[in-house]
Amino acid sequence: MDLGKDLVAASATPLVLAILADGDSYGYAIIKRVTELSNGHLRWTDGMLYPVLHRLERQGLVAARWRASENGRKRKYYRITKAGRAQLAAQRERWHVVDQALRGIWMKVCET
Amino acid sequence: MTPADHQAPLEAQIAQWRGYLRHRRAIYSADIEELEGHLRDQVAALTEAGLAGDEAFLVAVKRMGSLDALSRDFAREHSERLWKQLVIPSDAAGGPAATTRTEMAVVLALAVAAALAIKMPALFDIPFAEGNEAFYARNLSLFVFPLLTAYFAWKRGTSAAIRIRLAVPFAAAAVFANIFPFGSGSDTGILTALHLPIALWLAVGIAYVGGRWVRNERRMDFVRFSGELCIYYVLIALGGGVLTGLTIMMFNAIAVDAEWVAQQWLIPCGAMGAVIVGSWLVEAKQSVVENMAPVLTRLFTPLFTIVLIVFLAIMAWTRNPIDIGREVLIVFDLLLVLVVGLVLYAVSARDPQASPDLFDRLQLLLVVSALMVDAVALWAIATRISEFGLTPNRVAALGENLILLVNLTGSAWLYVRFLRGDAPFSRLETWQVAYLPVYSAWAALVVIAFPPLFGSQ
Repeated sequence: MDLGKDLVAASATPLVLAILADGDSYGYAIIKRVTELSNGHLRWTDGMLYPVLHRLERQGLVAARWRASENGRKRKYYRITKAGRAQLAAQRERWHVVDQALRGIWMKVCET
Repeated sequence: MTPADHQAPLEAQIAQWRGYLRHRRAIYSADIEELEGHLRDQVAALTEAGLAGDEAFLVAVKRMGSLDALSRDFAREHSERLWKQLVIPSDAAGGPAATTRTEMAVVLALAVAAALAIKMPALFDIPFAEGNEAFYARNLSLFVFPLLTAYFAWKRGTSAAIRIRLAVPFAAAAVFANIFPFGSGSDTGILTALHLPIALWLAVGIAYVGGRWVRNERRMDFVRFSGELCIYYVLIALGGGVLTGLTIMMFNAIAVDAEWVAQQWLIPCGAMGAVIVGSWLVEAKQSVVENMAPVLTRLFTPLFTIVLIVFLAIMAWTRNPIDIGREVLIVFDLLLVLVVGLVLYAVSARDPQASPDLFDRLQLLLVVSALMVDAVALWAIATRISEFGLTPNRVAALGENLILLVNLTGSAWLYVRFLRGDAPFSRLETWQVAYLPVYSAWAALVVIAFPPLFGSQ
């Protein structure tokens, strides 16, 4: 299923924040998690994630740290900040509103 | 196949991919490391799922997205990076930050040394003040060019033998600038002040190219460097002017006279230090942005061509002879130097492989009209010499006009051949850079031979 560029872009921030709220993580693992969560429907170009992470870092929503990984290479781990959690809550409310509205109309459309 | 056989090509492929990323200005080395870690994780996961090494690599790269898209995404997020590199490029190049810091320290030290150098004579009772203008004018290039040469010798890591040879012209220059008892307002003294920097600039150039004045491309790089340095210097000077003006006015407001600080320290020290700092900036931003000198060349070539043609037409129509005085000689020399400069920078920025276009024809027109102006000026100088005899100014002007005449004739000839398709453009380039030492040689001759020949009073 092709979700379209705008929807992918719009969902990137809440998804990344939510995954990080679940625990610290790094780029590759975040992408894997997104694929799992969406049953493979939400496919990002891998490279696209990093500018998003860097933007969140600049906005202070996540913090990053280089740490050695189990295979010995350095890896950049991201952690959600307090501001990030607040932002996640706000995002959740917004998506909830959209979700409610869509649900309302779709129930009606499907029933008739 | 053993796992090691898989590893070797994979490492090479990853290294190549990293190399491509490194050329993207918006992606820093830390990002490349992060992306590479991702790529390796992906490859590992795909190999585990049963793909062969190179297949896994291809899929992983494909999933990463095209380099253009990646670099665009990074640029959108980090737009400041495309600008910041104007000052500090090393991050982008992936070079270790330590070298940048060392270089900055060296540049700062040299700039301070240049600023102090111009205050040195004051310790020996030659203050930077009225009455000593001639001394400072003659020695101006000696305060900063040796330090600039030292910077390039350090940067290029030239051998000790070359360093010693580089020191020779400066030592000689210090002797010839001061050995003759120049009277105040002496013609040969003024000529020395004007020509010494030109002669010494070649020594700076030799240091710039790392001691080997052989390869044309490196010499052309030095030409480009000189042009960019000029532009940077003017920009820094503008800023310095604003700083000086504001300083004086601010202290005036509280009834403190700061003018002597500006005249004795701010302006001379700043002017010297700016040469070093400007050179470093040009070095640092090299190849990062489009160079400025060629752009200005494109802008002004048509304008100068029009001025020259109109000048020639009006002179022919009014039949007014050229009134040869010192100022006029200087104006004509400057004009011709400018035309040669325009040709030089047009040549430096041109793709030698490209076929002739309108701009090349325009260049030829400019060169030909400059040749005609040069011929007129030469004729006027020759008449003057035959009527009133030799003076140092006239001989210097005659020599310079002849040198420029030869250069312009050669350029015109090569342009014609190039436009007719008889010769490649690189011939013109070779001609221009091969000619560079001639200017310095003539300038050195003026400095060394004129005072004994014409007297120094």
